[in-house]
Amino acid sequence: MSSRTQGSRWVPYVFLAPYMVLFVVFVLVPAVLGVWISLHDWDFLLPGKPFVGAANYTDLLDSTSVNYTVFWESMRNTLIFTVLSVPLLVVLPLFLATLLNSKFPGRTFFRAAFFAPYVLGVAVIGLMWRYLLDPSFGAVNGILGAIGLPDDTAWTTGQPWAWISLVVVTIWWTAGFNAVIYLAGLGNIPADHYEAAQLDGATRWQQFRHITLPGLRPVLVFVITVTILASANMFGQSLLITNGGPGESTTTAIMAIADLGLAQYRMGAASAMSYVLAVMLGIIALGNFWLLREKA
Amino acid sequence: MRTRRRPLFWAMIAGLTLIILGPILFIILTAFKTVDESRTVPPALVPSSPTTRAFNVLFSSDDAPVLTWFANSMMAATAHALLVVVVASMAGYALARMDFPGKRIVTALIISTLFLPGFIFLMPNFLILDQLQWLDTLWALIVPGAAGAFGVFFMRQFFTGLPKEFEESARVDGAGPFRTFFSIMLPNARPAIVTLIVLSFLANWNDFIWPIYVLFSPERLTLPVGLTKLQGAYTIDYPVVMAGAAIAAIPVLILFSFVQRYVIEGVAQGGVKG
Repeated sequence: MSSRTQGSRWVPYVFLAPYMVLFVVFVLVPAVLGVWISLHDWDFLLPGKPFVGAANYTDLLDSTSVNYTVFWESMRNTLIFTVLSVPLLVVLPLFLATLLNSKFPGRTFFRAAFFAPYVLGVAVIGLMWRYLLDPSFGAVNGILGAIGLPDDTAWTTGQPWAWISLVVVTIWWTAGFNAVIYLAGLGNIPADHYEAAQLDGATRWQQFRHITLPGLRPVLVFVITVTILASANMFGQSLLITNGGPGESTTTAIMAIADLGLAQYRMGAASAMSYVLAVMLGIIALGNFWLLREKA
Repeated sequence: MRTRRRPLFWAMIAGLTLIILGPILFIILTAFKTVDESRTVPPALVPSSPTTRAFNVLFSSDDAPVLTWFANSMMAATAHALLVVVVASMAGYALARMDFPGKRIVTALIISTLFLPGFIFLMPNFLILDQLQWLDTLWALIVPGAAGAFGVFFMRQFFTGLPKEFEESARVDGAGPFRTFFSIMLPNARPAIVTLIVLSFLANWNDFIWPIYVLFSPERLTLPVGLTKLQGAYTIDYPVVMAGAAIAAIPVLILFSFVQRYVIEGVAQGGVKG
């Protein structure tokens, strides 16, 4: 290896330098700066930024502090969304993927079609579904009314409908993304495993249980982890479809953090919140790896 | 698996396609409706007297400079994608094919940041952009995102898989490391480069939370962020809002239909081998 670059020790560093400059300025420095901010009463608009130690963190445990309610309500909302959406976003795309995995005419078209909503981005899908779910003249209630079902459900303004809407829209938007990851995983399972199982008289379900699922284990870990992280990052859907309501009931943790830090400029408290959430997500991700680890 | 497809299979495929593509089609058709027709119950699918009024309102509105937003999004996403490809392919190549002191530490450092959630960077990067005086400029959208680790690992993985003979024959021909990279390795990496450009472009075009907070002036906004202002300004005029959504949706859908192989394979690769 090293013979290839002999005589020019600096060459690898020249190749790395442009990226490393960006990496240091926008990843390494901010990761440390964020902790620093969280230890100060850091109001972006004010000159003084007094050191307050862990106060921004302990405030989150003190039920009399201003940020306590905002933070824990938004964390609870995020948890509700994650618990509702993740199982569906793990299971339904797997069904989609097995459906699309067999050979049939038009397979490539349908694969692309099911992925298409994802490329639209949250702003477009948020505006779309705000209109489609409008309680008084949205198409969803219109269609329900036309087939004789209740046509006055408060999809965006009442609970539990607001959560149901946000979860279903998120599934509509991202199921194709997870399905594509499953499809790639399914493609890596050798076909002769299935042929051997068929010779042994295994049923479809037995094949799924004993060949497909074990073969997909690393992909499942990835899908579950990425989906949990995405759910914990939920922001645009709530902002655009329910505007965090009714009340504050769909205001997610990211909405609360971004609002406090980047709209009210109270960055110290917001940074502390973001690190608490990050640590929680880290623990969940590790637990996920541990639960689904390769059984040796 | 190879058995003839039963009606149930096709019914499921058709039903799912309708559920997934139906709403997108309905939104595009709504953009050509009158305000009254956009509020009929039950909803009309096809506009009875199609009108481009919504687009006229949108393009002549001073509050909603849609074409400027479109140009901003296009410039930011294109510049961002090109920057990602340049820095990521160079760094990925060094990490894949060169030996140097510190390589393991650098690799470990970059990998470890893959697991840091993006939201912890919101506040510190805002302050850094303020110091650079990049707030409310397109630089804020183009540069910081290029520091992400995904592109580097994507390119590193691709270069690792190329045969060693490429570099060996280049060396025999007397090419230095830079010529080897630019005239042999990069052309051979074309599929990976196209995939990375497309993924970076789409991610940047659709980015939402970051541009909301770092752009302030109406004429500096990106299309997705501008559209959300429309929702506030034209709440009762849904054809206008849906025309805005269609203007943002149609270019990416067209782009996607041409490059879907790269998008889908890139996503699959990131998930299965990443």
